[in-house]
Amino acid sequence: MKYSWLALLKEGLKGHQDWTPTWPDVTPQTAYDVIIVGGGGHGLATAYYLARDFPTKKIAVLEKGWIGGGNTGRNTTIVRSNYLWDEAALLYEHALKLWEGLTEELDFNVMFSQRGVYNLGHTLQDMRDIERRVSANLLNGVDAEVVSVAELKERIPILETGKQVRYPVMGASFQARGGVARHDAVAWGFARAASRLGVDIVQNCEVIGMDVSGGRIHGVETTRGFIKADQVGCVPAGHASVLAKMANVRLPLESHPLQAFVSEPMKPVLHTVVMSNAVHGYVSQSDKGDLVIGAGIDSYTGYAQRGSPHLIDHCAAAMIELFPIFSRTRLNRQWGGIVDTCPDACPIISPIPEVKGLYFNCGWGTGGFKATPGSGHVFAQTIGHDTPHPLAAPFHIQRFTTGALIDEHGAAGVAH
Amino acid sequence: MKRLAPQAHERIDRSKTYQFTWQGESYYAYAGDTLASALLANGIDVVGRSFKYGRKRGILAAGVEEPNALVTLESGGYEVPNARATEIELYDQLNAKAASGIPSLRFDLRAALKPFHKFMVAGFYYKTFKWPQKLWPHYEHYLRQLAGFSEVPQQADAEHYDHQYQFVDVAVVGGGAAGLSAALTAAQSGASVLVIDERAELGGELSSEFASSAEAQQWFSSTKQALEQMPNVRILKRSTAFALHDFNLLLVIERRQDHVSLKQRNEKQSRQRQHRVRAKQVILATGSHERPLLFANNDLPGVLMASAMRRYLNEFAVLCGDKPVLAGNNDSIYALAEDLVKRAGVKPVVLDMRVGYDASRLIAAGIDVRQGYTILKASGSNRVEQVSIAKVYYDGKLWSASAATETLDCDVVATSGGFNPLVHLDCHTGSKPLFSNALQAFLPACDKPARISAGSVNGHSDWQACVQDGAYAAHQILGRLEKSVAPTTVKPELKLLNVAPFFCPTHQRNKIFIDMQNDVKASDIELAIRENYRSIEHIKRYTAMGFGTDQGKIGNVLGIALAAQLLNRSIPEVGTTTFRPMYTPVTMGALAGEEVGLLFDPQRFTPIHASHVARGAEFEVVGQWMRPWYFPKAIEHLYDAQSAEDLHTAVQRECLAVRNSVGVMDASTLGKIDIQGPDVREFLARVYTNAWAKLAPGKCRYGVMCDENGMIIDDGVTACLSDTHFVMTTTTGGAARIYNHLETWLQTEWPALKVYLTSVTDHWSTTAIVGPKARRVIEKLCSDIDFNAKAFPFMDWREGTVAGVPARVMRISFSGELSYEINVPANYGRYIWEQVMEAGKEFDITPYGTETMHVLRAEKGYIIVGQDTDGSLSPYDANMGWAVSLTKPYPFLGQRALTRSDTVRTDRKQLVGLLPHDAQKVLPEGTQLVNAIEDKAMIGHVTSSYLSPILGRSIAMAVVKAGLSRMGNTIYAKTVGGETIPVTIADSVFYDTAKEKLDGEV
Repeated sequence: MKYSWLALLKEGLKGHQDWTPTWPDVTPQTAYDVIIVGGGGHGLATAYYLARDFPTKKIAVLEKGWIGGGNTGRNTTIVRSNYLWDEAALLYEHALKLWEGLTEELDFNVMFSQRGVYNLGHTLQDMRDIERRVSANLLNGVDAEVVSVAELKERIPILETGKQVRYPVMGASFQARGGVARHDAVAWGFARAASRLGVDIVQNCEVIGMDVSGGRIHGVETTRGFIKADQVGCVPAGHASVLAKMANVRLPLESHPLQAFVSEPMKPVLHTVVMSNAVHGYVSQSDKGDLVIGAGIDSYTGYAQRGSPHLIDHCAAAMIELFPIFSRTRLNRQWGGIVDTCPDACPIISPIPEVKGLYFNCGWGTGGFKATPGSGHVFAQTIGHDTPHPLAAPFHIQRFTTGALIDEHGAAGVAH
Repeated sequence: MKRLAPQAHERIDRSKTYQFTWQGESYYAYAGDTLASALLANGIDVVGRSFKYGRKRGILAAGVEEPNALVTLESGGYEVPNARATEIELYDQLNAKAASGIPSLRFDLRAALKPFHKFMVAGFYYKTFKWPQKLWPHYEHYLRQLAGFSEVPQQADAEHYDHQYQFVDVAVVGGGAAGLSAALTAAQSGASVLVIDERAELGGELSSEFASSAEAQQWFSSTKQALEQMPNVRILKRSTAFALHDFNLLLVIERRQDHVSLKQRNEKQSRQRQHRVRAKQVILATGSHERPLLFANNDLPGVLMASAMRRYLNEFAVLCGDKPVLAGNNDSIYALAEDLVKRAGVKPVVLDMRVGYDASRLIAAGIDVRQGYTILKASGSNRVEQVSIAKVYYDGKLWSASAATETLDCDVVATSGGFNPLVHLDCHTGSKPLFSNALQAFLPACDKPARISAGSVNGHSDWQACVQDGAYAAHQILGRLEKSVAPTTVKPELKLLNVAPFFCPTHQRNKIFIDMQNDVKASDIELAIRENYRSIEHIKRYTAMGFGTDQGKIGNVLGIALAAQLLNRSIPEVGTTTFRPMYTPVTMGALAGEEVGLLFDPQRFTPIHASHVARGAEFEVVGQWMRPWYFPKAIEHLYDAQSAEDLHTAVQRECLAVRNSVGVMDASTLGKIDIQGPDVREFLARVYTNAWAKLAPGKCRYGVMCDENGMIIDDGVTACLSDTHFVMTTTTGGAARIYNHLETWLQTEWPALKVYLTSVTDHWSTTAIVGPKARRVIEKLCSDIDFNAKAFPFMDWREGTVAGVPARVMRISFSGELSYEINVPANYGRYIWEQVMEAGKEFDITPYGTETMHVLRAEKGYIIVGQDTDGSLSPYDANMGWAVSLTKPYPFLGQRALTRSDTVRTDRKQLVGLLPHDAQKVLPEGTQLVNAIEDKAMIGHVTSSYLSPILGRSIAMAVVKAGLSRMGNTIYAKTVGGETIPVTIADSVFYDTAKEKLDGEV
């Protein structure tokens, strides 16, 4: 059923009895052309673009729990493409362009809200980095601007721009096309669109083994039986290493907890996204009115989806540093996710050289959500053509052998 | 609604009348009231409007689970958004208004949209506002205005917060019957005990029993008194344990001033305090919340929880209505009926879904008790006025209602649909609650170590069993603590309330509210399931059930039960959503504690800081340090006006002073690591790229440090004190990180090396005398070192006495000038600085800051790690191949990586100098570089850029692809402002290429 005002009107008058499943629950078949492991945003997007661009392939998405239940449903929903290095900027910009048409493409309102993203600078080095990044963004065709403190004060009156704080704001970069989206809707929208193209979305189906022999993959063992496939694309967010181990592949990843929290819903007061790496925190206000706040990464590794309280406390302090009026607002809920991070803070989108037919899309660190459609698209192309998409090529796993790292720590403002 | 005559055991103090303001109108109530009881006593029905449909809402509960009565408390710096009326202790002059209502509580636009409500079902926005996508921001703008409760306060916080750390044997969460009993038992063993209770007075639900049980009252008084007198017991009232982390880290917010009138608040005392409690054992005596029955229009004001009505009656002497209908599916409903008769002489109609409970006593007292009945629908405008009731039947699996209904007039409806044990804290560390069919409730698993639950959270319903269960739990954990106390107890039997299985009428499910705050109706859950949102997490996310400020404390279990019925699965198969901190909302400021304002991050000052302030320095933040950025001189103007030099003028003056005479700078912030042990040389050889085997005592050497990828991460000079003792300097910002890096390698990869690291950054103060006349200045202060250039050559260090202070003097240079760095114990730092200033007076010695330091080093092409490097530059890229030794027996960190195919590319970005064609044009640092004017492909960027006073022109450092082989080429800088500036690639050493100045004036 196509979604529209008219459909809603008709259904409303009939008591909403005839809405059909957003995506049907299916029992897995015994064989597919392509299996996507992981029903998060990236996995579902991969399946959608594969089905759209390679219509003859039989595709299944296997999800161990419920779709969108991993990092897709746990992030702070920020979308931007103002990355420093060409390779990263082009990939994220590709994603951003897809975001700009995603609601229409999927016939599902993902509420992509281009309210702009500010990255604040608090030191002279921050400002050098901002100048560098904005300069690079402009040459890469990514919209960007350097914003002075005076201008910031005009645009975000509630931001503390005075000098009487520990780390006074010195300026910011701004990407007007950046913003936020409704994270769950992204998973559901892709699931719906993919299943309409014939993709089987199988929930509660955990992959527990991989059939690898003769240098290639033949299928996966799951909690619902063996499923044959010549191509397996793994998009498992925080558990890539676990999955890779089943194929005897080691990935250069560390898994860390990353935390976020939301306030109670309040009337709109913050109309954009504000990020500060120097004081460790980022914030936007959801359409429901919650302040959605992201904290820094936990330094220890682990798979428990919860982090250390001191990071939350520090992030709360950072928020008050930036927005003193937030001090008396009340925080409602905190949670953690697991982020797989590569040494260069960039993802792996790659065929696995030692196992033909096996592909990994992982290591997105703290920044995966914003790439969702772009990641899915280039990964689908990579699997479909069995050769890396040009935008994915720099993210080949071989870079850890050749040394061609794309070190976005610089862009993330991590001091060296 | 009315206040009854004084009652035995009431919590209010009728001798103190408080005035308060609600919605701009003045009212009165008593000390001991909550805002909710005060509003009820004043006959106020409608206290809020619902989130989506703007429906009128009244007070539903009496505690933290309240979903409706959200208010904005006070204003200005004391404003509290979204506060719950049921939690607010009334104080004199309190000022509150409803947190909802657009534009007002009386008239809500969302309610006026009633004809459209049937279209505004769960998730309708995913299906609409889609085309064209470009218009979404406009839709969104209006939708946002409709959402949210209170405004964000307009002013910064007028109060402050702090943190306190507690270490105890036993933490007891909950000060009701079970908690107090557990605390007493534990404390009698001598264990240190912390009792945490959220209310102003201990007792919890036990307080509601006092009226009917003198025994309960006596037990409470004696237990409380005993606990208060024990030195090993601390009681935190008005304190909420909001999170339980791994290894029993319990986080607690204590509200220290929120109950005090604004005028009487103590400015010196924190408003709220976060206690971080490390408890060897945790006893969860958290209690339970009642859940309601479901029926159409169950959200009308005047419909409330039976336990809430009982609490308002017994503790606040507030009668919520004269014509009550009580409806329940368990035994507890009869206790309320008895209290109503006894205390207020009111005769309720009692509806019990079940049959068989012996209600003869009530019936004999003339109460209309109807068993096998429930409510299907409520009606009324501002408040409930009627209910339709029907007979119901249970077939062993499902309930059904008779078609014949009867209407009862009423002015209040109190319901009980069973109890939800407060399993939240237990679940914060990943435990899943267990469903009990007998109790129709999820119970805590308590499957993590050092934790036990007690009381009604375990399903106990009578206070004696709770007391016994508390003692039993305490005995269990005392065993673990190897303490004991006699007599031991046995686990009490569960006395069941006989809660009937879940029932949701099929009639008008689009008027049956599961989650009142988020307006989630039974029909929304049906819709979600119809659309295949079948996982409870999907149902939650699609309908927003449980996302409110009450986190679904009342509604979630009902939603789960309904979903189970619709999916034809059992309740435990459907399971719960994840319980996450915070248990109840926590003020952001309380999390931050004292670490706000200037205390946000430690501010580090050098021992010389006061001298810099006195000389009018401007400061730059470098890491946590405050470093002098430049020293602006005062400029005298006509008419006595004064101003200070700007950065540019000051830096020009400072630079020339150093180049032509002598300057002085504070280099104390550089990281210093004292390294000792027989294997120090080997260690240094592994962490630095160059050789360290032969560096003699008395010598210094510059080293470059790489990460595993062969990229530069730090640099600095290391001095050899003896064969087994070296002192390393690191970059200012890198000190802690490098120390960690070194320790990590020592401890995890090279444990066999006998090397010991000590951070001594703060132990030393460093004053650098720099310039051609540096020798003449230092000779005036130090007579026991021969400063002759040959006797004390470049990259040597000497021990001596400077101005009477034992010092290590290093002849190293970050400017190309003759330079002595005087290191003295930190306490002498400022004294030495002033002595140097005094000694240098005759040479017009000039203090300078980081900006001048940057210009001077750039003139010499010296890098600053973190500015000229960004983690992607190898020593070869930085044109520092001279500092790399590939012949060491044990390869240095990053050596292998330097041979990787990408790292040996000849077209990598390399560090070079740039000379803008326009010699007065200073390139913005960070600007990207391209080959041709129209190019967009970047070949590098400007890392450092200055106007060089000594050269009288602009210079820059940059990384450029294959730059080292492109000397003399013209390339272009593309600024953010849109300029394209031609520049020539040049050697990065711009000044004194022959190094003639290194020895200074002879």
